[in-house]
Amino acid sequence: MIEHLETDVLVIGGGAAGMAAALSASRAGVRVTLLEREKKTGGVLNQCIHHGFGLQFYQQELTGPEFAFRLQSEMNEHSVKVISESYVRHINTKSKYVEVISPEGVFTIQAKAIVLSTGARERPFGALQIPGDRPAGIYVAGLAQRMVNLENTLPGRRALILGSGDIGLIMARRLTLEGMEVLGVVERLPYAGGLTRNVVQCLEDYDIPLYLSHTVVEVRGNKRLEKVLVSEVDENFTPISGTQKWFNVDTLILSAGLIPQVEDLGENLEIDAINRGFAVSNTCETNVPGIFAAGNNVAVFDLVDYVAAEGWIAGQNASKIVKDQKRESKRIPVIRGKNVGVLVPTYITPEEHLRIYIRLKKPMDKGTVIIKKLGIEKPFNYGVPSEMINFVVNRDKLQELKGPVKIEVIE
Amino acid sequence: MKIAIIGGGVIGSLLAYELSHYEVNIVLIEKNHDFGLGVTKANSAIVHGGYDDPPGSLRAELCYKGNQLYEELAEKLKIPLKRTGSFVVARNCKEDLEKLEELLSRGEKNGVKGIEVVGRDFLEKYEPYLSEEFEYALHCPHTGITEPWMVAITAVKEAEKSGAELVRGDAVVGGEVSEGKVKYLQLKSGRKIEADIIINAAGLYYHEVANIFGVPTPQVYLRKGQYILLDHKASEMVKHIIFPLPSEKGKGKLVVPTIDGGVLLGPTSENLPEFTPEDVSTTLEGIKEVIIAGNELVPGIAKPNWIIKSFAGLRPETQKKDFFIENSDRVRNFVTVGAIRSPGLTAAPSIARYVIEEILERRMSINLTKRVSDKKSVPDSFRVKESDLDEIAAKIRNDEKYGRIICQCNQVSEAEIIKAIHEGARSIDGVKFRTRAGFGRCQGGFCTWKIAKILARELKIQLSEVRLNEEGTALFNGKVRV
Ligand SMILES: Cc1cc2nc3c(=O)[nH]c(=O)nc-3n(C[C@H](O)[C@H](O)[C@H](O)COP(=O)(O)OP(=O)(O)OC[C@H]3O[C@@H](n4cnc5c(N)ncnc54)[C@H](O)[C@@H]3O)c2cc1C
Ligand SMILES: Cc1cc2nc3c(=O)[nH]c(=O)nc-3n(C[C@H](O)[C@H](O)[C@H](O)COP(=O)(O)OP(=O)(O)OC[C@H]3O[C@@H](n4cnc5c(N)ncnc54)[C@H](O)[C@@H]3O)c2cc1C
Repeated sequence: MIEHLETDVLVIGGGAAGMAAALSASRAGVRVTLLEREKKTGGVLNQCIHHGFGLQFYQQELTGPEFAFRLQSEMNEHSVKVISESYVRHINTKSKYVEVISPEGVFTIQAKAIVLSTGARERPFGALQIPGDRPAGIYVAGLAQRMVNLENTLPGRRALILGSGDIGLIMARRLTLEGMEVLGVVERLPYAGGLTRNVVQCLEDYDIPLYLSHTVVEVRGNKRLEKVLVSEVDENFTPISGTQKWFNVDTLILSAGLIPQVEDLGENLEIDAINRGFAVSNTCETNVPGIFAAGNNVAVFDLVDYVAAEGWIAGQNASKIVKDQKRESKRIPVIRGKNVGVLVPTYITPEEHLRIYIRLKKPMDKGTVIIKKLGIEKPFNYGVPSEMINFVVNRDKLQELKGPVKIEVIE
Repeated sequence: MKIAIIGGGVIGSLLAYELSHYEVNIVLIEKNHDFGLGVTKANSAIVHGGYDDPPGSLRAELCYKGNQLYEELAEKLKIPLKRTGSFVVARNCKEDLEKLEELLSRGEKNGVKGIEVVGRDFLEKYEPYLSEEFEYALHCPHTGITEPWMVAITAVKEAEKSGAELVRGDAVVGGEVSEGKVKYLQLKSGRKIEADIIINAAGLYYHEVANIFGVPTPQVYLRKGQYILLDHKASEMVKHIIFPLPSEKGKGKLVVPTIDGGVLLGPTSENLPEFTPEDVSTTLEGIKEVIIAGNELVPGIAKPNWIIKSFAGLRPETQKKDFFIENSDRVRNFVTVGAIRSPGLTAAPSIARYVIEEILERRMSINLTKRVSDKKSVPDSFRVKESDLDEIAAKIRNDEKYGRIICQCNQVSEAEIIKAIHEGARSIDGVKFRTRAGFGRCQGGFCTWKIAKILARELKIQLSEVRLNEEGTALFNGKVRV
């Protein structure tokens, strides 16, 4: 017999976004069930043992596990039903019917609304198209982080890090502190991919060189990695001949980007081509009514505080659906103008406040975000792609909105 | 009668399996830690149609037969086999159409049934994403795909059930020949193995093994083939195996669905300047070539976001470009099954029968008696991914580990991983090739540590002893604070 459950709001994925969604929905008084495929909720927070989380969401500087713990406790208080080690095998997005496999058995759940908060995965080595041998000793950063922080195991002795995203930067410091020799961080862009504070605190403070406009062009090793060839690149990322240099390392850590996990989560869900995550509106609703998404499966956010805030909104709006099923909501497309890369949301629903998150396409000393249709001009001093620009537009300003809204940034 | 087989690739493994139907003692010696991880690991995994090989060659004789034998093999060994069918595509020009006709007539000479030339309508119906440039194709419905290493691994397991001895992680490095016969094989570990007949199925190393015993073999050189693997999403764009027209250099760079739902692009065809059988490195040019070729056949298939891995394999080639399957005049109990290039995977089951019936029985006049009614248990090939909910529920009731999914991308449970380890997987790759855990889009980013921990627990070793594959490929370097 296959067990069948029912719930009002079903949250799939128990990281920061999912926990916040479960919490807000449950506070709104509906029944909430949260499915997490791991043994523990928390997602990537569990392995981020460094501090720097929660300054906005909790007005307090916490470590990743502390941040997760607070959300977990609050979920308990609000009797969210958490089912861990549950693998979602199939979601019927239309009928909100979900099939799940877990050690306890196979079960199905009928929900009234669903929040997808499945986070992101790391871009694997093979996707980087780096030629050479295929030895042991090449790890995505999250895997290395997990092994060091939670399994008490070092990946190797001498490491090079490819990619200057936050995970790469943080791992450079962590591995150094744990006694490994980190020879450098290699970044193909002319600027760092991670937060400025991480460049300072994780590299500069430890004298770890950052090789900007450089990339790995070959890996060599008979069994275990032996050396890595690094080259300078031009603005098209083409290696410049004569600039190659071998690094003798037994470990290569890849921090080459996160990819929102959107696959196999049900048919007909629209994906934003640039964000590579679910296309949502400011209510966190996807194109399929009653299916919401929040967190890193919408776009890769730089701060957990934003992720949790988005999760919160997703949970709130999901609970509204449960209470009032017949509801018409407009979706006005947002268009990327000049210099705008990642942009959340993809649509505007005028009934709710609008929070906008923008990643610039390039660093700027000075700039202005312009939304002509809303009469908005937001100047800023110094912006980098790694740090999202974000602000809220009050819903009163959105009432008269018709037709697509363009957002652009001028220098 | 004792027969020693050197090399546990698809050839040696199927030989062991086929021989296990006879009253003989078998010992299979493989230098790697697991079977099927040589050439058998890195190829196009195609069960070829048999129309392409030059009529009169051993390849032609054995390929189509092998293709047909796969049916029975799939049933008995429960190895995956999917007859996707294939198209060799041609443009609407004289030169291309002549080549297509040539293939068709070769096929007929090789005794291949059911192949035909089809036109644009047919192609559009079955492969809507195929480039419009191609207006005709040779359609071969019985071309299929399999999981090559699983053919070897499963065949070996069945042979073992019938009493075959398996030696792994040990190589034949010497031996003694006296009075025109091999008396014993000397293994790297120091062990000596005596046998009445020696079969050399050492893949890329067949001439080196033959050399040890003074058996002359044709000169071998290596031809590299590089591939890229695409995400499961790419399989929305292609259902058949798509070949360009073959050339001097071989069957060309293909678009091939894989058995677990991905798509392979490649291979390249590059002659290596030296005999470097360990060199399976990829190159930037190779990767680029494969991407361009894939896009030429199915425009847009090589999306950068879909590329999850690149790898390379080596083909053992001889001047004659044919299999070399011979018993030796000089060393009378020594048989070489060498130069097994493409379509060696396809031909493997018929190669095994050829060795038994043509070489051992006919040419060497050895009397082999068939075992009487060999009822073997059907191998268990349960996969969560391929089962329906009720079947999975039943499995979980007996063992909750079937409900603990370790590999998210390919839906592999802890129970499947433990079973693989108990059946011989000794490393991350061992688990990966047997269960498909880590083969998917995240390429082990999420599950490697879990599999490492299961390996450590089941093998009773430290995490720092867990290897990626062979000895010397430890993944972790001891404790953080020592
Ligand atoms: C290494 C690293 C360092 C960081 N450092 C900082 C920092 O210093 N400060 C800061 O503010 N932010 C930092 N961040 C960012 C922030 O922590 C993350 O953006 C945030 O935790 C992501 O939350 P999420 O809920 O979207 O995703 P995740 O945490 O990835 O959670 C997703 C959850 O969903 C589960 N899941 C996925 N698919 C399924 C499924 N099909 N069924 C069931 N469950 C599923 C997963 O197991 C996981 O638990 C860092 C991130 C990383 C990776
Ligand atoms: C790029 C490429 C694409 C191909 N595509 C196809 C295809 O689509 N379809 C098809 O039918 N065929 C294909 N082939 C051919 C097919 O892969 C091979 O013919 C087949 O795998 C050969 O198997 P094998 O057992 O001879 O070799 P291997 O798999 O290499 O087995 C030989 C084994 O011998 C072991 N060994 C070597 N020396 C010793 C020793 N001294 N002691 C003990 N053990 C030893 C090795 O470790 C190895 O495991 C392709 C080949 C390549 C390279």
